[in-house]
Amino acid sequence: MCEHCGCGLPGAEPVTISDHHHEHEHAHSHNHDHPHEHSHGHEHDESAAAGEERRTIEVRRAILEKNNLLAERHRGFFRARGLLVLNILSSPGSGKTTLIEETIRRLENRLKTGVIVGDLATDNDARRLRACGAPVVQINTGTVCHLDSQMVGGALKQLDLTGLQLLIIENVGNLVCPASYDLGEDLRVVLLSVTDGEDKPLKYPPIFQSANAVVISKLDLAKACDFNREMALANLRHLAPAAGVFELSAKTGQGMEAWCDYVLQQHQAAKTRDPLRV
Amino acid sequence: MHELSIMQGALNQALFEARQSGARRIHEIHLRIGVLSGVVPDALQFAFEAIAAGTPAEGAALTIENVPARFWCAACEREFEAANFFAECPGCHACGGELRAGRELELTSVVID
Repeated sequence: MCEHCGCGLPGAEPVTISDHHHEHEHAHSHNHDHPHEHSHGHEHDESAAAGEERRTIEVRRAILEKNNLLAERHRGFFRARGLLVLNILSSPGSGKTTLIEETIRRLENRLKTGVIVGDLATDNDARRLRACGAPVVQINTGTVCHLDSQMVGGALKQLDLTGLQLLIIENVGNLVCPASYDLGEDLRVVLLSVTDGEDKPLKYPPIFQSANAVVISKLDLAKACDFNREMALANLRHLAPAAGVFELSAKTGQGMEAWCDYVLQQHQAAKTRDPLRV
Repeated sequence: MHELSIMQGALNQALFEARQSGARRIHEIHLRIGVLSGVVPDALQFAFEAIAAGTPAEGAALTIENVPARFWCAACEREFEAANFFAECPGCHACGGELRAGRELELTSVVID
């Protein structure tokens, strides 16, 4: 059974991280600390056990402490380099890769951009993004439904960070699990495509609630989908009132300028912030 | 979907704490799970039974405290519990509240002997 979601798929697929300079792939064993607690082949005497005093240990620790600490470490590393880091999240097929491609192209002469892209399998997205001239590292998660800090750490070791100003992390297409994992990003950008429907934020509140910015994508298809724009905006206002909303079509270019201006502004802010200030 | 790995993380921490204390068995594990954590308590319960087998936590009771989302409204200077994940202040009906609770994924305590 898959260790992550219990989906019944064989779960032994290792996480692999690769960039195009390496023909071989590094297989990293993913960090699940399996408890190696085995029964010792003897039965405890129940009556003796009953006589033992039960004690309560107060723990009060985040279950994802390891991920969170590593994410904070990465955040410090990014800040010291003046790097703006975006974590891009959406359901599969909402247009993450197309948005990133178009963002790289439009910012080509202004921001040197690198990408870490996560998918269960294939390097199709990495190949598309490399065609834009950006350094790209592909993470294949096997059966894992999200990226975590450890995978990002592995990918960072392979990414050429020289002169990089913007790092875009394209998460695994999934509106549930990636919400729980901090990757050390500056901004969480959640995509809502018009084909997803205007009520998607209501169906998946945690991820939209955690968004710093929301991109309404595939605007060129809005009419064909009977997309209710007012309803979508109202839903987003309720769930993520502080998030900036960008309505665009990466395909036609509509709305791309406002989005790119936002990224540039955020990069300017990232460059001038105090790396030691939390 | 990812409840199995979250539960595995919690169980590992609980087993570690139990080992440190020289415990023989874990009788209870207490978690606090926020409604905005993206984790479903029922799925954690289900995962727990599957992964606790063969460990000192086998047969232990897993207790999950659900933490509602709480927001702070700066205009009204009050904290409020959110209904339906919405950050709408019941006083001024504005939606700009700051999230104060609701994202918890926490191992609170372990009962051992």
